[in-house]
Amino acid sequence: MPFFEPTDDPGSNFPELLRRVGLGADAPSAGSIDVPHATTCVALRYGDGVVMAGDRRATSGNLISHRSMEKVVQADRYSGVAIAGAAGPAMEMIRLFQLQLEHYEKVEGTTLSLEGKANQLSMMVRGNLPAAMQGMVVVPLFAGWDLRREVGRLFAYDVTGGRYEEREYVATGSGSLHAGTVIKVGFETDMGRDEAIDLAVRSLWEAADADSATGGPDTLRGIYPIVATVTSEGWVPVDDTDLAPRFDALADEVRAR
Amino acid sequence: MSQPFYVAPEQVMKDRADYARKGIARGRALVAIRYTDGIVIVAENPSETLRKVSEIYDRIAFAGVGKYNEFDQLRVAGIRAADLKGFQYSRDDVDARALANQYAQILGNIFTHEMKPMEVEILVAEVGLEPSDDQMFHILYDGTVVDQRNVAVLGGDADAIGERLREAYQDDLDLEAAVKLGASSLAGPDRELPTTELEVATLSRGNGRRCFHRVNDLGVADILS
Repeated sequence: MPFFEPTDDPGSNFPELLRRVGLGADAPSAGSIDVPHATTCVALRYGDGVVMAGDRRATSGNLISHRSMEKVVQADRYSGVAIAGAAGPAMEMIRLFQLQLEHYEKVEGTTLSLEGKANQLSMMVRGNLPAAMQGMVVVPLFAGWDLRREVGRLFAYDVTGGRYEEREYVATGSGSLHAGTVIKVGFETDMGRDEAIDLAVRSLWEAADADSATGGPDTLRGIYPIVATVTSEGWVPVDDTDLAPRFDALADEVRAR
Repeated sequence: MSQPFYVAPEQVMKDRADYARKGIARGRALVAIRYTDGIVIVAENPSETLRKVSEIYDRIAFAGVGKYNEFDQLRVAGIRAADLKGFQYSRDDVDARALANQYAQILGNIFTHEMKPMEVEILVAEVGLEPSDDQMFHILYDGTVVDQRNVAVLGGDADAIGERLREAYQDDLDLEAAVKLGASSLAGPDRELPTTELEVATLSRGNGRRCFHRVNDLGVADILS
């Protein structure tokens, strides 16, 4: 059990604790390696909060390395994180981020503010910069319900940990250009839940249609993109039984063109 | 240079134990009771902000009596140990028994090697997937670990409270009955504890991944009314 002197205490900072006990990650020193990459994620604001969505495909070069990756995950009760980029470091970052939020909550007896969570993630992305220089880029999206301001908020990041709050929508990953454009064209302020989910679903569909690294709905295996809402009720995943008809409707629409 | 007086080790240990016991006896007590859906911890605590009971991990809770800064230091150490273990291995590998042993090592070490023992008693409780797997470990100021089955009592006047509690305890209490039993055992026959002086938290099997749940004043008033 790690026990620290009061003057030498890492406080509620879990990554710092990992370093102290010798479990911190080492950055690669040189060279570049090819690792599986995770692709398109989007998030957009609507009347009750935010919708987050991401496809399920991970690719290694021109090969599909994983078909059911979960890039959009719950960070804590009122926030979620979506990640595009090198799959290994990205999943590790998500795990550490989730743990950091919970660790803080338990040690301090209170949750971090949404802004605090966003800044925390920013520092983690910044910490990944040496690995990013070797090709292991991780670019997350962060979205959640701000309990103090009572509003849903979105944050986008760049490789250096730069944090940008977006007012309407944000997209990341290889298919972000297509997905972002679809949302941009279809976006209205204060949409209803259904319209917002439909728009997110459509954006992923179009990204998958035009970007080989983005996976569409896999009806053959029953694998659908991950979609979730974050509102004053907290994080609520959208069930596959809800998503399937939406994708079917889209497919019908495309057929009828 | 004057020679230090020789003091027999027995005497040193006894003095330290007396010192720790006195410190603990000054504070208010808490009880933990098994009920149908898990374990409920009821503490006498007039403070709204300084907690005696808190969450350590998914299925594990911590409760301490005695000197606040000392058991709070142990609480944070427990959270760190649990989160580190869960990160390094898996969430399923974090268990109360290992945690209780680590606490016992720390408390035992401080008791024998430091000038002053910690004036605390702590409880590490874990709710199992099945009721039969529920565990409670009561750890004393000198590192003694006692595992408890149905009820545990920590703090000042523990003997009298324990007697009242064990007398009235029965299997398959529901939450309401368990909280009532805890509150009445803490209060004793001669007084009644207002809800604002009670801190109540549960580890309940039906609460999802994180079983720990703090019952707020309104909830406590609701249960006791």
